[in-house]
Amino acid sequence: MRMREAINAGLREEMERDETVFMMGEDVAVFQGSFKVTEGLLDQFGEKRVRDTPISENTIVGMGVGAAMGGLRPVVEIMTVNFALLAMDQIVNHAAAIPYMFGGQVRVPLVIRMPGGGGHQLGPTHSHSFEAMFLQIPGLLVACPSTPADAKGLLKAAIRDDNPVIFIEHETLYGARGEVDDDGDHVLEFGRAAIRREGTDVTVIGILRMAETAQRAATALANEHAVEAEVIDPRTLRPLDLDTILESVRKTNRAVIVEEGWPHGGVGANLAALIQEQAFDDLDAPVQRVTGADVPMPYSKRLEQAAIPHAEHVVSAALATLEGSR
Amino acid sequence: MAEKQAQRSKSKPSGKRAEGRKAPGDGDGTAEAPASKLPDEKTSRELLETMALIRRFEEEAGRQYQRAKAGGFLHLAIGEEATIVGTTSVMRPDDYLIGTYRTHGHALARGTDPKRVMAELYGRIDGTSGGRGGSMHIFDLERRFMGGYGIVGGNLPLAAGLALSSDYRGEDSVTVCMFGDGASNTGNFGETMNIAALWSLPVVFLVENNLYGMGTSIERHSAVTDLSRKAEGLGISGVRVDGMDVLAVRETVAEHIRTAREDRTPTLVEAFTYRYRGHSAADPEVYREKEEVQEWQRKDPIETFARRLIEEGTMSEAELEEIREHADVVVTEAARFADESPEPPLASLYDHLYVVGDQVKGWYTVDERSPDPHPGEQEREAPDRAHELAERGAAYAGPEASRTVGEEIGDAEDEEEGG
Repeated sequence: MRMREAINAGLREEMERDETVFMMGEDVAVFQGSFKVTEGLLDQFGEKRVRDTPISENTIVGMGVGAAMGGLRPVVEIMTVNFALLAMDQIVNHAAAIPYMFGGQVRVPLVIRMPGGGGHQLGPTHSHSFEAMFLQIPGLLVACPSTPADAKGLLKAAIRDDNPVIFIEHETLYGARGEVDDDGDHVLEFGRAAIRREGTDVTVIGILRMAETAQRAATALANEHAVEAEVIDPRTLRPLDLDTILESVRKTNRAVIVEEGWPHGGVGANLAALIQEQAFDDLDAPVQRVTGADVPMPYSKRLEQAAIPHAEHVVSAALATLEGSR
Repeated sequence: MAEKQAQRSKSKPSGKRAEGRKAPGDGDGTAEAPASKLPDEKTSRELLETMALIRRFEEEAGRQYQRAKAGGFLHLAIGEEATIVGTTSVMRPDDYLIGTYRTHGHALARGTDPKRVMAELYGRIDGTSGGRGGSMHIFDLERRFMGGYGIVGGNLPLAAGLALSSDYRGEDSVTVCMFGDGASNTGNFGETMNIAALWSLPVVFLVENNLYGMGTSIERHSAVTDLSRKAEGLGISGVRVDGMDVLAVRETVAEHIRTAREDRTPTLVEAFTYRYRGHSAADPEVYREKEEVQEWQRKDPIETFARRLIEEGTMSEAELEEIREHADVVVTEAARFADESPEPPLASLYDHLYVVGDQVKGWYTVDERSPDPHPGEQEREAPDRAHELAERGAAYAGPEASRTVGEEIGDAEDEEEGG
């Protein structure tokens, strides 16, 4: 099953299971989603539960917050992560803050789905990676699935969760294939990292598409450099399964973090800080980060590819952590 | 009639500073006949009581703010009581009300205990939000008062969402969304009006037009100063009402609630009102003349209504005095209660940030100060460390924040006088 079908199945199953689940967003109904993720949902559930909205991101998200406060479980689709910036007021000042600032009187069980990431030449306003921005906000949960099975299992968990969830999908992964459990009750837990490959020499942590890049790098490291990398996909950034990461680092004594987002204040910066704070004595080398280039995403295919991390970058970073010890 | 009065209150756009605005019905030398028939005696009395309670509460809040019992920003609604009470008096208990950062009175009018509102201003554990929200973020789910919000215009989408939730479930509850004239310039205004009309949501938008967006007069902040027409191009028609006349507000809002409930047609009501105090307690009011304030004060919503009740024999002077005294007792008691309410315990710093239920386990924060570390983290003895770190952080708040419970009010006054 492809990832877009897995997300579609997750939405469908949860909407069948719970009458209060509905979705709204730009072009999600008649157009069936700009990435065809919501295909067939309007036909099955009707206009009441699958709603096309005007292009009004802040209001769409705010209505999701209000509807959630009113007892529903809205799933709001934002067409790309860049457009979520228009809704940051409702995401940060409202969705994330309301349960806390009203002393727990009300919950905001809202899921905000949004695809992001580079690779399709969509240029500087449609291709970014804002995981770190959402990760920073207390009150939000942040999911970033890299496989169809995880996408479905985490989305179902997100919809059933009573907290506001930012659910980040990667545009280039919509067509990725993988085994997906068709059991309607297969719900993944947030805060459980996946070990994609076991290894003893270096821990490589990758999110979203970079989980796959990390695995390709691990294969190259094994084949070409006799280095056994352990690849970890955190799957959710909040909650973060730091235990699994630290356990791995304690074994390998080295860590490389791969993300598509910007370097400053990024997911890697955060993880590197946590690792050095909590496993400093286990480290044999500085933690390495492989990130997207520190520029708005360029359009030119050549420049865009240059701005995105590739397996060879990860291989170099991993080898750098091993320098002098081999 | 009320609309005519309101029209007259508009002044011409001016350059640097707005000219004095005439209060509704004032300045034309004619005595205005009562606009609306009085409701029954009990209702009339309740309207007056609630307005008097809000007035007294706000005065006390201002006083306690001066004494540093309440912190942050304080936005008082003195002068705006008729708009608030006229509106809430025609709402059903299952209707939603949502407002701005100037909503102590809205909560009181919905029936929230003044003690709990005052305790929230004091940042105490018995506050409506347990001291997490403060003056700008009063909330009472039980009474469907869905919050005060600190972001101008931020509550409009929430209102549409609440209305959607009622509609979705096939319920006939209505959402009343109150906001200021300044919010009519935000993107949320346009976006929300459009979608509310498009989806036929059961919502009444009520703009509390007090003629200033903070210190900027309406002529200086809005190209269209007839706010009742500002959403027409987005499918929302509107009316104007004299927001100083509790009965006019009542009648108008009742009709618009009916339209929302029965016809599923959202509308906009523009209520002309006025705040006697500054935007917040920290406002030197350089943008308006004293005379303008005084002119509006002559149309005081409480005085005007009380006079009328007495003139028409609904109430005696003695009864009016009783109402005032009762408000005084209730508010004095609220201030005492707030003062005695404990500060929130440091261990509660992370409470209510996340709902941790059966569905999602694991840990939610990377911060070791969390009093509830995730399984496997206990060995770090996080609770002790949490307390230590929270203590250290709280120390930055100074002695005010570490005030001991039950401290005598007199002590604080002495301090103030001494300092």
